Amino acid sequence: MDFGLSKDQQMLRDAVARCLADTCPLDHVRECAERDNPLSDKVLRAVQDLGIPGMLVPEEHGGLGMTLLDAAIVAEQLAYAVAPVPFLASHVLAPITLSEAGSEEQKAHWLPKIASGEARIGVAISETIEVRDGAGVSSAAGKLNGTALFAIDFEGADAFIVADSGGRLHLVGAKASGLKAIALTTIDRTRCVGELRFDGAEAEPLADDRGATVARLRAAGRVILAADSLGAGQAMIEKAVDYAGQREQFGRLIGSFQAVKHMCAEMAARHEPCRSLVWYAAHAFDAVPKEASLVACHAKSHTGEVHRFVARTSTEVHGGMGFTDLIGLHYWFKRIGFDRQVLGGPETVRAEAAALQGWIKAA
Amino acid sequence: MDLEYGPDYDVFRKQVRAFIEAHSHLAPPSSDRAARPSSKAVEWQKLLIEHGYTARTIPQEYGGFGAEPDILQSRIIAGEFARARVSGGLSNQGISMFVPTLLELGTEEQKLRWIEPTLKGDVVWCQGYSEPGAGSDLANLKTRAHIENGEFVVNGQKIWTSTAKHADMIFCLVRTEPDAPKHGGISYLIFSMDTPGIEVRPLKTMTGHAEFNEVFFTDVRVPLDQIVGQRGQGWFVANATLGHERGMLGDPDALENRLQALIALMQEEHLGQGRAIDNPVLRDRLVALQAEVAAMKYNGMRILSNSLRGEPGGMAKLIVKLQSCELAHQISALAIDAIGELGILYHNSPREREGGAWQWNYMFQLGLIIGGGTAQIQKNIIAERGLEMPREPKLAKISDAAKATADMPRHKQGSA
Ligand SMILES: Cc1cc2nc3c(=O)[nH]c(=O)nc-3n(C[C@H](O)[C@H](O)[C@H](O)COP(=O)(O)OP(=O)(O)OC[C@H]3O[C@@H](n4cnc5c(N)ncnc54)[C@H](O)[C@@H]3O)c2cc1C
Repeated sequence: MDFGLSKDQQMLRDAVARCLADTCPLDHVRECAERDNPLSDKVLRAVQDLGIPGMLVPEEHGGLGMTLLDAAIVAEQLAYAVAPVPFLASHVLAPITLSEAGSEEQKAHWLPKIASGEARIGVAISETIEVRDGAGVSSAAGKLNGTALFAIDFEGADAFIVADSGGRLHLVGAKASGLKAIALTTIDRTRCVGELRFDGAEAEPLADDRGATVARLRAAGRVILAADSLGAGQAMIEKAVDYAGQREQFGRLIGSFQAVKHMCAEMAARHEPCRSLVWYAAHAFDAVPKEASLVACHAKSHTGEVHRFVARTSTEVHGGMGFTDLIGLHYWFKRIGFDRQVLGGPETVRAEAAALQGWIKAA
Repeated sequence: MDLEYGPDYDVFRKQVRAFIEAHSHLAPPSSDRAARPSSKAVEWQKLLIEHGYTARTIPQEYGGFGAEPDILQSRIIAGEFARARVSGGLSNQGISMFVPTLLELGTEEQKLRWIEPTLKGDVVWCQGYSEPGAGSDLANLKTRAHIENGEFVVNGQKIWTSTAKHADMIFCLVRTEPDAPKHGGISYLIFSMDTPGIEVRPLKTMTGHAEFNEVFFTDVRVPLDQIVGQRGQGWFVANATLGHERGMLGDPDALENRLQALIALMQEEHLGQGRAIDNPVLRDRLVALQAEVAAMKYNGMRILSNSLRGEPGGMAKLIVKLQSCELAHQISALAIDAIGELGILYHNSPREREGGAWQWNYMFQLGLIIGGGTAQIQKNIIAERGLEMPREPKLAKISDAAKATADMPRHKQGSA
């Protein structure tokens, strides 16, 4: 047995970390976050040079054919750098959808373009988790009607993968007539979501598999959000420890107060097992499919809780400085807030985990 | 224990209710978080004072309503305004912190001059305590004032000064006796923010707004009589104010208002299957918070009774800031969870709820867990002063100062 990252995976992690340290310093994130469209072309190009858009694209379609664990490693680094680039939908969920439920023609059309960075696809599956504001999409005769909230990687998408209320997936061009796309703004200015309103918009159906692919997307999405939360939490813990080792009050480093040490130690103690859980959940997605949905629920809900704690505790260690924009700690705080809520908050996800085990009826 | 609401109280409750029904259209939105009260908020405040629904026990000569303290009446007022979700009046650093401090420690002239316009919202104050090197260790402050031609001359810098950009006046801690021991050389000055030599630089916070500021003083001239307490006694005055700040931050009525808003939210929001409140897990969290808010409300009544009896607040009072700020943060956290993905909408997004107030509160309440004495400092105070536990050896000096403050004679509080 060997529970850990392979040499290649460690190299991948270090390469992404180095690349983001060079291209995505906090000042750059700030600049981006001030704009209506916060995505960074510079970081996106750097990420493309590493082949990240093609990670989950099969080799025969010009990608690297890697695993969700590889993607989780990247997600963690992107969050660590609060990188304002699309990833979850465009580089993970879209290639998985097309690979698993696309026709040969759809694969041949989209996958190479995704791998090269030429095309990006956003994904809207929130209504298969929890319906809000009466949203929901119906499909009939190749046309979509209704509303999908929270299309992920909304900005700059060329097309969207949308789940209808029966859990079937459809592919619709971003410029399709009968589609009105409205940007939503969240606390997290480093990622983009939006609302899709369909009024008879023409769409291509993906394989009719009675919700199997959409369940895979929920699992993959939750693992990646959990990995993102892990990276943001890691950054916040490191920053708290650094700050506690520099800031003096009462003639002492604040890190020498047990109260402060214990805050940091508790963050570490709760955070560290999350890493193992996320790795296992990511591994299971490819290697142990029958467990994948459940462990994805565990990873998502657990990191959601732990990192909410880490986000507020790290802020507290920084005192008033943590609350200001001066050191930008809030970028990670908000990234964690986003990761917690998107694709289901902890309560919702835990209910799904209970249903998966037959303990309650599925919602 | 005597909580009998006799027939007089029924009449009183009816009066309050009738007032709210007749006038609530004049009230500013209760989510109004402008630093400078709007003219609507100021008019509302004046109307409330006139009817005795705020500043109720502050003497009339200082612009209050001048009623005898009556806890049950105060509860009825707070309860009825919270239930109707109508603003119960202004709460700011001037009204909640500076006014009670002046009532306790100000000269007659100062009370006559400052309390009324502050209560009425015409004069807005900010609190100049913290400095870059003096947060938890407030007594380490370096802003200094020397006397020159019969005036104080202030030089130095404050940080995290809430509302300084919009304030008319500042109550400010400065070091006037550089050779005195740390806690002994401080004075509590009050001066206009228009005085030449003051520069205010807004500081953006995590909420995306600039709720507080840096304030720089260069040769700011302040008349010698604009001091509360004596020279060198500023630490004691400051601690009186801090006590009121902790009271304000722990205000159970404010908690009750947020709780009512949360209950309304969870009754209105639908999760597909039903309303948020129909979800047993979310509902359980709501009831748990409701119980905690109730506990803090009764705790508040107990503190008030103690003070009317002339007894110390004891542990009941020491825990207020820590518990209430945490609770306020948890109320917002549940609201965000109850609205799920919509909970992260902000920056005037379509579909955002209550103008992003829940997210704003979630972040700002975290700020307040830090501001006014951090949670960790509160715990130290509870342990050392409340539980009389041994102090950390090197920190004995802070605790001595805290103890000196606790032992200081207190005048009967004017405001309730
Ligand atoms: C929203 C907000 C509004 C504010 N408004 C005002 C205002 O209007 N006027 C004003 O003057 N100030 C204001 N402040 C400042 C506030 O009072 C300080 O931020 C606070 O006292 C903490 O000081 P600090 O920020 O320097 O943190 P630090 O004192 O540097 O604390 C950093 C960390 O060390 C811990 N720590 C420090 N000493 C000890 C100890 N002895 N034992 C254990 N742990 C310790 C703290 O708990 C914290 O976790 C505001 C702050 C906030 C966040």
